[in-house]
Amino acid sequence: MVWTRKDLLGLDDLSREEIELILSTADSFKEVSSRQIKKVPALRGKTVVNLFYEPSTRTRVSFEVAAKRLSADVINIETETSSVKKGETLIDTGTNIQALNADIIVIRHNYSGAAMMLARHLNISVVNAGDGWHEHPTQALLDMFTLKEKLGKIDGLKVSIVGDIAHSRVARSNIWGLIKLGAEVTVCAPEILIPPAIEEMGVRVSYDIDEALHDADAVNVLRMQFERDGQNAFPKQVEYFKNFGITKERLQKAKKNIIVMHPGPLNRGIEISSEVADGANSVILEQVTNGIAVRMAVLFLVAQGEGQEK
Amino acid sequence: MPDKSKLLDKEAIRRSIMRIAHEILEKNKGTDGLCLVGIRKRGVYLAERLKAAIQTIEKKEVPVGILDITLYRDDLSLTTSQPVVHKTEIDFDIAHKSVVLVDDVLYTGRTIRAALDALIDLGRPRSIQLAVLIDRGHRELPIRPDFVGKNIPTSQHEAVEVHLTEVDDADEAVLVKKE
Repeated sequence: MVWTRKDLLGLDDLSREEIELILSTADSFKEVSSRQIKKVPALRGKTVVNLFYEPSTRTRVSFEVAAKRLSADVINIETETSSVKKGETLIDTGTNIQALNADIIVIRHNYSGAAMMLARHLNISVVNAGDGWHEHPTQALLDMFTLKEKLGKIDGLKVSIVGDIAHSRVARSNIWGLIKLGAEVTVCAPEILIPPAIEEMGVRVSYDIDEALHDADAVNVLRMQFERDGQNAFPKQVEYFKNFGITKERLQKAKKNIIVMHPGPLNRGIEISSEVADGANSVILEQVTNGIAVRMAVLFLVAQGEGQEK
Repeated sequence: MPDKSKLLDKEAIRRSIMRIAHEILEKNKGTDGLCLVGIRKRGVYLAERLKAAIQTIEKKEVPVGILDITLYRDDLSLTTSQPVVHKTEIDFDIAHKSVVLVDDVLYTGRTIRAALDALIDLGRPRSIQLAVLIDRGHRELPIRPDFVGKNIPTSQHEAVEVHLTEVDDADEAVLVKKE
């Protein structure tokens, strides 16, 4: 298996083999972060630009740490303090970054398809760090990496994704990735947060949290994105917690070793109780650690793939 | 079909390993502070065999680690090859140790340069020595082995392949003429 893509835009267009290559490469990179000198020279002399049009701390920091552990130089552009404020278009910003001889752009944008548009206009690598409601591939990859590390495989696992499926790029990337790797995926949320025709992605829909947890090997708890609730359409927080919140009582009815994941940041007492978030089943902080290894693998592979594609 | 000629057979490899084990023990005055680090892929199996030989001679166990040098290669930015990254697995502290690096074939020396950088990133060993089954010459860097199974003069139009039963069909070293 040879990686030939210059970009990582989403899991929808990756093959099972490509996803598995990223996960196995990440497995090799994980050891680097446990060393005293947490650095290898693989991307020495390469420049990675983090271009973030949406606020993000953990994803940006995770990419920055990953790039630095590969010895790349990292530049962070936050659009609040850049020429974007003066009306520069995304393509112009991209071609200017390319003209600086940067090698990889990591982009987070509030419009779906922004990463793909940038990738088509540039010769340098583009990594999607979240585009609108579309995809957040590295989050899904680190979720799958964590699952595989904990349970030894993905094939045949029952994974429930709970929360705001309609507005979640994390959910979409997870669904595409998990199904390609042979997992059975259930999505669970109040009806208003389930997008129409979601079944066509190959998932089962449940409106009953206890039923969705019942025989699940893992549950991925999504953050309730109240900041996206323009029309006041979301359920009230207290009501959501009562009906869909992941609590100790609900977990007691599930498999004893069920894995609890959350992409962060946590809304404690809304989608997950503190007891569960900090409890024995939670792998939330391990996800953060694994995110570094997965992003190192992605940066390394797209930097290699750049030459293979041309 | 490329032309092949055998450089070492099973017995010759076995004797080489045994002799190198004796030389390592002689030079290091026993197993105190000694550890072996095999370079992926076949250096790892040779390091394991050296460990077994040392155990037979000295009745002492020495730790063996695995080094993957992919991330330290100097040809990563060349687009012709895309190496697969594997794990480095060295679960002991190499600081203040005498490390014997083990590889199958020594050629340009670039792999060993990468291995030295990779090792030193893991700690500061007391010394690093180099054991190889075959030294085929044509060095491009100032690197020399401390322990050699066999010196074989080769042309740059030839390739040396070491096969080990851990991953191959036979124990042998062969010279292959490239097309």
